[in-house]
Amino acid sequence: MAEVMSVADGRARAARTLLNQLVLPGEELVLPEQEDVDSPARAGEQPLLLNATARARLRVVCGPGLRRCGDRLLVTKCGRLRHKEPGSGGGVYWVDSQQKRYVPVKGDHVIGIVIAKSGDIFKVDVGGSEPASLSYLAFEGATKRNRPNVQVGDLIYGQFVIANKDMEPEMVCIDSCGRANGMGVIGQDGLLFKVTLGLIRKLLAPDCEIIQELGKLYPLEIVFGMNGRIWVKAKTIQQTLILANVLEACEHMTTEQRKQIFARLAES
Amino acid sequence: MEVVMRADAKVRVESGTESSPRGPGCSLRHFACEQNLLSRPDGSASFLQGDTSVLAGVYGPAEVKVSKEIFNKATLEVILRPKIGLPGVAEKSQERLIRNTCEAVVLGALHPRTSITVVLQVVSDAGSLLACCLNAACMALVDAGVPMRALFCGVTCALDSDGNLLLDPTAKQEKARAVLTFALDSVEQKLLMSTTKGLYSDAELQQCLAAAQAASQHIFRFYRESLQRRYSKS
Repeated sequence: MAEVMSVADGRARAARTLLNQLVLPGEELVLPEQEDVDSPARAGEQPLLLNATARARLRVVCGPGLRRCGDRLLVTKCGRLRHKEPGSGGGVYWVDSQQKRYVPVKGDHVIGIVIAKSGDIFKVDVGGSEPASLSYLAFEGATKRNRPNVQVGDLIYGQFVIANKDMEPEMVCIDSCGRANGMGVIGQDGLLFKVTLGLIRKLLAPDCEIIQELGKLYPLEIVFGMNGRIWVKAKTIQQTLILANVLEACEHMTTEQRKQIFARLAES
Repeated sequence: MEVVMRADAKVRVESGTESSPRGPGCSLRHFACEQNLLSRPDGSASFLQGDTSVLAGVYGPAEVKVSKEIFNKATLEVILRPKIGLPGVAEKSQERLIRNTCEAVVLGALHPRTSITVVLQVVSDAGSLLACCLNAACMALVDAGVPMRALFCGVTCALDSDGNLLLDPTAKQEKARAVLTFALDSVEQKLLMSTTKGLYSDAELQQCLAAAQAASQHIFRFYRESLQRRYSKS
Protein backbone atom coordinates (compact mmCIF):
# COMPACT_ATOMS: atom_id res chain seq x y z
CA MET A 1 0.00 0.00 0.00
CA ALA A 2 1.87 2.98 -1.23
CA GLU A 3 0.63 5.95 0.66
CA VAL A 4 1.43 9.47 -0.32
CA MET A 5 2.67 10.92 2.90
CA SER A 6 2.85 14.61 3.23
CA VAL A 7 6.05 15.82 4.80
CA ALA A 8 5.57 19.50 5.03
CA ASP A 9 8.98 20.20 6.49
CA GLY A 10 10.62 16.87 5.91
CA ARG A 11 10.38 15.52 9.41
CA ALA A 12 6.76 14.80 10.37
CA ARG A 13 5.80 11.18 9.92
CA ALA A 14 2.47 9.42 9.93
CA ALA A 15 1.56 8.01 13.32
CA ARG A 16 0.16 4.98 11.63
CA THR A 17 3.53 3.91 10.23
CA LEU A 18 5.29 4.19 13.57
CA LEU A 19 3.04 2.01 15.72
CA ASN A 20 4.97 -0.22 18.13
CA GLN A 21 8.23 1.29 16.96
CA LEU A 22 10.73 3.39 18.85
CA VAL A 23 10.08 7.13 18.79
CA LEU A 24 12.47 9.75 20.11
CA PRO A 25 11.79 13.15 21.68
CA GLY A 26 11.40 15.82 19.03
CA GLU A 27 9.67 13.71 16.42
CA GLU A 28 6.39 14.99 15.09
CA LEU A 29 3.53 12.68 14.23
CA VAL A 30 0.80 13.30 11.71
CA LEU A 31 -2.56 11.79 12.54
CA PRO A 32 -4.24 9.58 9.93
CA GLU A 33 -7.03 12.01 9.12
CA GLN A 34 -4.54 14.83 8.62
CA GLU A 35 -2.67 12.85 5.99
CA ASP A 36 -5.61 13.01 3.64
CA VAL A 37 -6.03 16.70 4.18
CA ASP A 38 -2.41 17.59 3.54
CA SER A 39 -1.72 15.23 0.70
CA PRO A 40 -0.61 17.30 -2.30
CA ALA A 41 -1.31 14.70 -4.94
CA ARG A 42 -4.98 14.72 -4.20
CA ALA A 43 -5.24 18.47 -3.90
CA GLY A 44 -6.82 18.98 -7.25
CA GLU A 45 -9.11 16.00 -7.22
CA GLN A 46 -11.06 15.96 -4.00
CA PRO A 47 -13.91 13.53 -4.48
CA LEU A 48 -17.26 15.09 -3.94
CA LEU A 49 -18.63 13.83 -0.68
CA LEU A 50 -22.34 13.47 -0.39
CA ASN A 51 -22.15 12.63 3.27
CA ALA A 52 -20.40 15.65 4.72
CA THR A 53 -20.45 14.39 8.30
CA ALA A 54 -18.34 11.38 7.38
CA ARG A 55 -15.28 13.59 7.38
CA ALA A 56 -16.05 15.04 10.78
CA ARG A 57 -12.95 15.35 12.89
CA LEU A 58 -12.43 12.40 15.22
CA ARG A 59 -11.37 13.00 18.78
CA VAL A 60 -7.93 11.59 19.32
CA VAL A 61 -6.66 11.37 22.88
CA CYS A 62 -3.04 12.28 23.42
CA GLY A 63 -1.62 10.05 26.16
CA PRO A 64 1.61 10.09 28.19
CA GLY A 65 4.70 10.98 26.24
CA LEU A 66 2.89 13.02 23.59
CA ARG A 67 1.97 16.69 23.39
CA ARG A 68 -0.31 18.44 20.98
CA CYS A 69 1.56 20.92 18.83
CA GLY A 70 -0.53 22.62 16.21
CA ASP A 71 -2.45 19.85 14.51
CA ARG A 72 0.35 17.34 15.08
CA LEU A 73 1.62 15.33 18.01
CA LEU A 74 5.07 16.03 19.41
CA VAL A 75 6.87 13.11 21.06
CA THR A 76 8.38 14.13 24.40
CA LYS A 77 9.61 10.80 25.78
CA CYS A 78 11.57 7.96 24.28
CA GLY A 79 9.69 4.69 23.92
CA ARG A 80 7.38 2.63 21.74
CA LEU A 81 4.37 4.31 20.19
CA ARG A 82 1.12 2.53 21.01
CA HIS A 83 -2.44 3.00 19.85
CA LYS A 84 -5.73 1.75 21.18
CA GLU A 85 -8.90 1.93 19.16
CA PRO A 86 -11.98 2.31 21.32
CA GLY A 87 -15.57 2.11 20.08
CA SER A 88 -16.05 5.77 19.30
CA GLY A 89 -13.64 8.52 18.49
CA GLY A 90 -10.21 8.35 17.00
CA GLY A 91 -8.50 6.35 19.68
CA VAL A 92 -5.68 6.95 22.13
CA TYR A 93 -2.03 7.32 21.24
CA TRP A 94 0.67 7.05 23.86
CA VAL A 95 4.36 6.27 24.32
CA ASP A 96 5.35 3.23 26.36
CA SER A 97 8.51 4.35 28.13
CA GLN A 98 10.62 2.81 30.89
CA GLN A 99 10.75 5.04 33.91
CA LYS A 100 11.48 4.86 37.61
CA ARG A 101 10.14 8.19 38.88
CA TYR A 102 6.39 8.46 39.46
CA VAL A 103 4.32 11.55 38.63
CA PRO A 104 0.88 11.60 40.34
CA VAL A 105 -2.08 11.06 38.04
CA LYS A 106 -5.73 11.39 39.05
CA GLY A 107 -7.42 8.06 39.60
CA ASP A 108 -4.24 6.05 40.09
CA HIS A 109 -4.14 3.61 42.99
CA VAL A 110 -0.86 3.97 44.88
CA ILE A 111 0.87 2.75 48.01
CA GLY A 112 2.01 5.58 50.25
CA ILE A 113 3.93 5.83 53.50
CA VAL A 114 2.56 8.18 56.18
CA ILE A 115 5.29 10.64 57.10
CA ALA A 116 3.48 13.22 59.19
CA LYS A 117 0.24 13.89 60.98
CA SER A 118 -0.70 17.55 61.12
CA GLY A 119 -4.12 18.35 62.54
CA ASP A 120 -6.74 16.64 60.42
CA ILE A 121 -4.47 15.73 57.54
CA PHE A 122 -1.92 12.99 57.03
CA LYS A 123 1.06 13.67 54.79
CA VAL A 124 1.76 10.62 52.66
CA ASP A 125 4.92 10.04 50.65
CA VAL A 126 3.96 8.57 47.27
CA GLY A 127 7.29 8.84 45.51
CA GLY A 128 6.44 12.01 43.59
CA SER A 129 7.85 15.49 43.90
CA GLU A 130 5.75 16.36 46.95
CA PRO A 131 3.87 14.41 49.63
CA ALA A 132 0.16 13.87 49.07
CA SER A 133 -2.37 14.92 51.67
CA LEU A 134 -4.94 12.49 53.05
CA SER A 135 -7.79 13.66 55.23
CA TYR A 136 -8.70 11.50 58.23
CA LEU A 137 -12.31 11.54 57.07
CA ALA A 138 -11.44 9.85 53.80
CA PHE A 139 -11.64 6.34 55.26
CA GLU A 140 -14.63 4.05 55.31
CA GLY A 141 -16.78 4.60 58.38
CA ALA A 142 -14.66 7.50 59.65
CA THR A 143 -16.37 10.33 61.49
CA LYS A 144 -15.08 13.14 63.64
CA ARG A 145 -15.58 10.98 66.70
CA ASN A 146 -14.49 7.72 65.14
CA ARG A 147 -11.02 8.44 63.83
CA PRO A 148 -9.09 5.84 61.82
CA ASN A 149 -6.10 4.23 63.51
CA VAL A 150 -3.28 5.53 61.34
CA GLN A 151 0.23 6.08 62.70
CA VAL A 152 3.31 7.64 61.17
CA GLY A 153 5.10 4.95 59.19
CA ASP A 154 1.98 3.04 58.19
CA LEU A 155 1.39 1.92 54.61
CA ILE A 156 -1.71 3.27 52.91
CA TYR A 157 -3.31 2.05 49.71
CA GLY A 158 -5.42 4.81 48.22
CA GLN A 159 -6.28 6.66 45.04
CA PHE A 160 -5.72 10.22 43.92
CA VAL A 161 -8.67 12.57 43.67
CA ILE A 162 -6.60 15.65 42.85
CA ALA A 163 -3.34 15.26 40.97
CA ASN A 164 -2.19 17.93 38.57
CA LYS A 165 1.00 19.81 38.08
CA ASP A 166 -0.16 22.97 39.84
CA MET A 167 -1.64 21.65 43.08
CA GLU A 168 -0.54 19.46 45.92
CA PRO A 169 -1.86 15.93 45.26
CA GLU A 170 -4.71 14.68 47.44
CA MET A 171 -5.61 11.08 47.99
CA VAL A 172 -8.48 9.22 49.60
CA CYS A 173 -9.10 5.68 50.78
CA ILE A 174 -12.74 5.43 49.74
CA ASP A 175 -14.30 5.23 46.32
CA SER A 176 -17.06 7.48 45.02
CA CYS A 177 -19.74 5.40 46.81
CA GLY A 178 -18.05 5.71 50.19
CA ARG A 179 -16.82 2.10 50.34
CA ALA A 180 -13.23 1.12 51.04
CA ASN A 181 -13.00 -1.36 48.17
CA GLY A 182 -9.68 -2.74 49.34
CA MET A 183 -8.14 0.64 50.13
CA GLY A 184 -6.99 1.83 53.53
CA VAL A 185 -4.18 0.93 55.86
CA ILE A 186 -2.18 -2.10 54.77
CA GLY A 187 -1.79 -4.67 57.53
CA GLN A 188 1.15 -5.76 59.60
CA ASP A 189 4.22 -7.59 58.32
CA GLY A 190 4.92 -8.13 54.68
CA LEU A 191 7.58 -6.38 52.63
CA LEU A 192 7.41 -3.18 50.57
CA PHE A 193 9.83 -2.81 47.68
CA LYS A 194 10.22 -0.66 44.63
CA VAL A 195 10.23 -1.62 40.96
CA THR A 196 10.02 0.36 37.73
CA LEU A 197 6.70 1.72 36.53
CA GLY A 198 6.81 -0.35 33.37
CA LEU A 199 6.95 -3.58 35.33
CA ILE A 200 3.89 -2.62 37.38
CA ARG A 201 1.92 -1.92 34.21
CA LYS A 202 3.02 -5.26 32.80
CA LEU A 203 1.99 -7.10 35.96
CA LEU A 204 -1.38 -5.36 36.07
CA ALA A 205 -2.19 -6.12 32.44
CA PRO A 206 -5.36 -8.23 32.10
CA ASP A 207 -3.83 -11.62 31.41
CA CYS A 208 -0.48 -11.59 33.10
CA GLU A 209 0.97 -15.05 33.59
CA ILE A 210 3.44 -13.98 36.25
CA ILE A 211 0.78 -13.36 38.89
CA GLN A 212 -1.02 -16.62 38.15
CA GLU A 213 2.22 -18.55 38.43
CA LEU A 214 3.10 -16.79 41.67
CA GLY A 215 -0.27 -17.70 43.12
CA LYS A 216 0.30 -21.36 42.34
CA LEU A 217 3.67 -21.23 44.06
CA TYR A 218 2.78 -19.98 47.55
CA PRO A 219 -0.38 -18.52 49.07
CA LEU A 220 0.27 -14.80 49.21
CA GLU A 221 -1.21 -11.34 49.63
CA ILE A 222 0.02 -8.75 47.21
CA VAL A 223 -0.73 -5.08 46.62
CA PHE A 224 0.48 -3.16 43.55
CA GLY A 225 0.82 0.59 43.61
CA MET A 226 1.03 2.45 40.32
CA ASN A 227 3.89 4.45 41.81
CA GLY A 228 6.21 1.51 41.45
CA ARG A 229 5.71 0.05 44.94
CA ILE A 230 4.72 -3.53 45.64
CA TRP A 231 3.76 -4.91 49.05
CA VAL A 232 3.87 -8.68 49.40
CA LYS A 233 3.17 -11.02 52.30
CA ALA A 234 3.48 -14.79 52.45
CA LYS A 235 3.31 -17.31 55.29
CA THR A 236 7.01 -17.15 56.26
CA ILE A 237 9.65 -14.47 55.92
CA GLN A 238 11.71 -16.65 53.62
CA GLN A 239 8.83 -17.11 51.19
CA THR A 240 8.18 -13.35 51.26
CA LEU A 241 11.79 -12.63 50.38
CA ILE A 242 11.78 -15.17 47.59
CA LEU A 243 8.65 -13.60 46.09
CA ALA A 244 10.18 -10.12 46.36
CA ASN A 245 13.37 -11.22 44.62
CA VAL A 246 11.46 -12.99 41.87
CA LEU A 247 9.31 -9.96 41.17
CA GLU A 248 12.29 -7.63 41.09
CA ALA A 249 14.11 -9.94 38.71
CA CYS A 250 11.08 -10.41 36.43
CA GLU A 251 11.96 -7.26 34.63
CA HIS A 252 15.15 -8.58 33.14
CA MET A 253 14.23 -12.18 32.64
CA THR A 254 12.81 -13.76 29.53
CA THR A 255 9.78 -16.02 29.76
CA GLU A 256 11.84 -19.23 29.67
CA GLN A 257 14.18 -18.12 32.44
CA ARG A 258 11.16 -17.22 34.56
CA LYS A 259 9.51 -20.59 34.01
CA GLN A 260 12.76 -22.31 34.98
CA ILE A 261 12.98 -20.36 38.20
CA PHE A 262 9.36 -21.07 39.09
CA ALA A 263 9.83 -24.75 38.38
CA ARG A 264 12.89 -24.85 40.61
CA LEU A 265 11.07 -23.05 43.42
CA ALA A 266 8.05 -25.30 43.13
CA GLU A 267 10.24 -28.36 43.62
CA SER A 268 11.95 -27.13 46.78
CA MET B 1 19.46 -3.73 32.45
CA GLU B 2 22.72 -2.50 31.05
CA VAL B 3 22.83 -2.08 27.35
CA VAL B 4 26.27 -1.35 26.10
CA MET B 5 26.24 0.02 22.62
CA ARG B 6 29.45 0.45 20.76
CA ALA B 7 29.51 2.24 17.51
CA ASP B 8 32.46 2.50 15.30
CA ALA B 9 31.65 6.01 14.32
CA LYS B 10 34.70 6.73 12.28
CA VAL B 11 33.07 9.32 10.17
CA ARG B 12 34.94 11.23 7.56
CA VAL B 13 33.34 14.60 7.27
CA GLU B 14 34.52 16.69 4.39
CA SER B 15 34.88 20.29 5.34
CA GLY B 16 36.04 22.71 2.75
CA THR B 17 33.11 24.33 1.09
CA GLU B 18 35.17 27.47 1.17
CA SER B 19 37.50 28.43 -1.62
CA SER B 20 40.65 28.17 0.46
CA PRO B 21 41.74 24.54 0.62
CA ARG B 22 41.46 22.85 4.00
CA GLY B 23 43.29 19.79 5.26
CA PRO B 24 42.09 16.22 4.95
CA GLY B 25 38.63 15.21 6.22
CA CYS B 26 37.75 15.10 9.93
CA SER B 27 36.66 12.07 11.92
CA LEU B 28 34.87 11.48 15.20
CA ARG B 29 36.33 9.08 17.70
CA HIS B 30 34.85 5.76 18.73
CA PHE B 31 31.56 6.11 20.73
CA ALA B 32 30.04 3.93 23.41
CA CYS B 33 27.00 4.52 25.59
CA GLU B 34 25.51 2.60 28.46
CA GLN B 35 22.15 3.39 30.06
CA ASN B 36 20.48 2.60 33.36
CA LEU B 37 23.67 1.48 35.04
CA LEU B 38 23.11 3.15 38.43
CA SER B 39 20.33 1.95 40.71
CA ARG B 40 19.70 5.07 42.81
CA PRO B 41 19.13 7.88 40.29
CA ASP B 42 15.96 7.98 38.21
CA GLY B 43 18.05 7.93 35.05
CA SER B 44 21.72 7.35 34.36
CA ALA B 45 24.03 7.05 31.41
CA SER B 46 27.71 6.69 30.70
CA PHE B 47 29.10 8.15 27.50
CA LEU B 48 32.49 7.34 26.03
CA GLN B 49 34.19 9.28 23.24
CA GLY B 50 37.57 7.82 22.47
CA ASP B 51 39.23 7.90 25.89
CA THR B 52 37.01 10.59 27.37
CA SER B 53 34.35 9.11 29.61
CA VAL B 54 31.60 10.83 31.62
CA LEU B 55 29.00 9.28 33.93
CA ALA B 56 25.69 11.13 34.31
CA GLY B 57 22.83 10.64 36.78
CA VAL B 58 19.47 12.43 36.73
CA TYR B 59 17.11 12.85 39.65
CA GLY B 60 13.72 14.26 38.91
CA PRO B 61 11.12 15.63 38.97
CA ALA B 62 11.76 15.65 42.71
CA GLU B 63 11.23 17.85 45.76
CA VAL B 64 12.74 21.30 45.70
CA LYS B 65 13.64 23.65 48.51
CA VAL B 66 11.22 26.54 48.83
CA SER B 67 14.03 29.03 48.29
CA LYS B 68 14.89 27.48 44.93
CA GLU B 69 11.44 26.70 43.57
CA ILE B 70 10.09 28.44 40.47
CA PHE B 71 6.32 28.76 40.41
CA ASN B 72 5.74 27.88 36.76
CA LYS B 73 8.57 25.54 35.73
CA ALA B 74 11.05 23.01 36.98
CA THR B 75 14.34 24.09 38.58
CA LEU B 76 17.16 22.48 36.64
CA GLU B 77 20.46 21.95 38.48
CA VAL B 78 23.66 20.61 37.01
CA ILE B 79 26.55 19.41 39.16
CA LEU B 80 29.84 18.60 37.45
CA ARG B 81 32.51 16.82 39.43
CA PRO B 82 36.04 16.67 38.05
CA LYS B 83 38.06 13.51 38.22
CA ILE B 84 40.43 14.81 40.91
CA GLY B 85 40.19 17.73 43.27
CA LEU B 86 37.29 19.88 44.30
CA PRO B 87 35.04 21.54 41.77
CA GLY B 88 36.30 25.02 40.95
CA VAL B 89 35.36 28.01 38.87
CA ALA B 90 35.90 26.24 35.53
CA GLU B 91 33.45 23.53 36.55
CA LYS B 92 30.94 26.14 37.62
CA SER B 93 31.05 27.82 34.23
CA GLN B 94 30.71 24.49 32.43
CA GLU B 95 27.77 23.64 34.67
CA ARG B 96 26.08 26.85 33.61
CA LEU B 97 26.59 26.06 29.92
CA ILE B 98 25.15 22.58 30.33
CA ARG B 99 22.26 23.93 32.37
CA ASN B 100 21.35 26.51 29.75
CA THR B 101 21.37 23.83 27.07
CA CYS B 102 19.18 21.51 29.12
CA GLU B 103 16.75 24.28 29.99
CA ALA B 104 16.23 25.02 26.31
CA VAL B 105 15.25 21.46 25.66
CA VAL B 106 13.52 20.12 28.78
CA LEU B 107 9.78 20.89 29.06
CA GLY B 108 10.00 22.38 32.53
CA ALA B 109 6.50 23.84 32.36
CA LEU B 110 5.05 20.36 32.82
CA HIS B 111 6.54 20.05 36.30
CA PRO B 112 6.37 23.38 38.12
CA ARG B 113 7.84 23.62 41.62
CA THR B 114 9.97 20.55 41.19
CA SER B 115 13.68 20.08 40.69
CA ILE B 116 15.52 18.12 38.03
CA THR B 117 19.14 17.51 38.99
CA VAL B 118 21.80 16.29 36.59
CA VAL B 119 24.99 15.05 38.23
CA LEU B 120 28.00 14.52 35.97
CA GLN B 121 31.16 12.74 37.05
CA VAL B 122 34.24 12.92 34.86
CA VAL B 123 35.72 9.44 34.73
CA SER B 124 38.53 10.22 32.30
CA ASP B 125 39.38 13.32 30.31
CA ALA B 126 41.16 12.97 26.98
CA GLY B 127 39.81 15.99 25.12
CA SER B 128 36.33 17.25 24.14
CA LEU B 129 35.14 16.99 27.71
CA LEU B 130 32.23 19.44 27.47
CA ALA B 131 30.80 17.71 24.41
CA CYS B 132 31.02 14.35 26.16
CA CYS B 133 29.26 15.84 29.21
CA LEU B 134 26.44 17.15 27.02
CA ASN B 135 25.98 13.77 25.34
CA ALA B 136 25.96 11.94 28.67
CA ALA B 137 23.47 14.44 30.11
CA CYS B 138 21.13 13.98 27.15
CA MET B 139 21.20 10.20 27.38
CA ALA B 140 20.61 10.33 31.12
CA LEU B 141 17.64 12.70 30.74
CA VAL B 142 16.12 10.34 28.17
CA ASP B 143 16.71 7.40 30.50
CA ALA B 144 14.96 9.21 33.36
CA GLY B 145 11.90 9.92 31.24
CA VAL B 146 12.09 13.69 31.65
CA PRO B 147 9.88 15.25 28.95
CA MET B 148 11.97 17.00 26.29
CA ARG B 149 11.14 18.81 23.09
CA ALA B 150 14.20 17.43 21.28
CA LEU B 151 17.45 15.58 21.88
CA PHE B 152 20.72 17.46 21.94
CA CYS B 153 24.37 16.62 21.43
CA GLY B 154 27.73 18.29 21.84
CA VAL B 155 30.48 18.55 19.23
CA THR B 156 33.94 20.07 19.68
CA CYS B 157 36.07 21.51 16.87
CA ALA B 158 39.68 22.57 17.00
CA LEU B 159 41.34 24.93 14.53
CA ASP B 160 45.10 24.57 14.33
CA SER B 161 47.53 27.21 13.18
CA ASP B 162 47.30 26.12 9.51
CA GLY B 163 43.54 26.51 9.56
CA ASN B 164 42.79 22.78 9.53
CA LEU B 165 39.56 21.75 11.17
CA LEU B 166 39.64 18.80 13.58
CA LEU B 167 36.42 17.39 14.98
CA ASP B 168 36.41 15.75 18.41
CA PRO B 169 40.01 16.71 19.25
CA THR B 170 42.11 14.79 21.76
CA ALA B 171 43.78 16.58 24.65
CA LYS B 172 46.93 17.11 22.61
CA GLN B 173 45.00 18.42 19.60
CA GLU B 174 43.13 20.84 21.85
CA LYS B 175 46.27 22.92 22.27
CA ALA B 176 45.37 24.50 18.96
CA ARG B 177 44.72 28.03 17.84
CA ALA B 178 41.04 27.83 18.71
CA VAL B 179 38.68 25.30 20.27
CA LEU B 180 34.94 25.65 19.68
CA THR B 181 32.20 23.56 21.33
CA PHE B 182 28.64 23.56 20.04
CA ALA B 183 25.43 22.04 21.38
CA LEU B 184 22.97 21.19 18.61
CA ASP B 185 19.40 20.00 18.77
CA SER B 186 18.06 16.96 16.99
CA VAL B 187 15.09 18.46 15.17
CA GLU B 188 16.81 20.83 12.75
CA GLN B 189 20.39 20.81 14.04
CA LYS B 190 19.88 24.30 15.39
CA LEU B 191 22.49 25.80 17.66
CA LEU B 192 21.58 25.64 21.35
CA MET B 193 24.86 26.69 22.93
CA SER B 194 28.32 27.60 21.77
CA THR B 195 31.47 28.26 23.74
CA THR B 196 34.74 29.14 22.09
CA LYS B 197 38.29 29.76 23.13
CA GLY B 198 41.00 31.21 20.94
CA LEU B 199 41.40 33.16 17.74
CA TYR B 200 39.32 32.54 14.62
CA SER B 201 37.63 34.45 11.83
CA ASP B 202 33.87 34.50 11.30
CA ALA B 203 34.22 32.44 8.11
CA GLU B 204 36.00 29.77 10.15
CA LEU B 205 33.24 29.93 12.74
CA GLN B 206 30.63 29.21 10.07
CA GLN B 207 32.71 26.38 8.75
CA CYS B 208 33.12 24.81 12.15
CA LEU B 209 29.40 25.13 12.75
CA ALA B 210 28.61 23.43 9.45
CA ALA B 211 31.04 20.63 10.19
CA ALA B 212 29.55 20.24 13.67
CA GLN B 213 26.03 20.04 12.24
CA ALA B 214 27.11 17.31 9.85
CA ALA B 215 28.82 15.40 12.66
CA SER B 216 25.77 15.74 14.91
CA GLN B 217 23.77 13.66 12.44
CA HIS B 218 26.04 10.74 13.18
CA ILE B 219 25.73 11.27 16.91
CA PHE B 220 21.93 11.31 16.68
CA ARG B 221 21.99 8.19 14.62
CA PHE B 222 24.11 6.59 17.30
CA TYR B 223 21.59 7.69 19.96
CA ARG B 224 18.80 6.09 17.97
CA GLU B 225 20.66 2.80 17.58
CA SER B 226 21.57 2.76 21.24
CA LEU B 227 17.98 3.37 22.35
CA GLN B 228 16.66 0.90 19.82
CA ARG B 229 18.93 -1.74 21.30
CA ARG B 230 17.67 -0.91 24.78
CA TYR B 231 13.97 -1.03 23.91
CA SER B 232 14.27 -4.14 21.82
CA LYS B 233 15.21 -6.15 24.89
CA SER B 234 11.93 -5.44 26.65
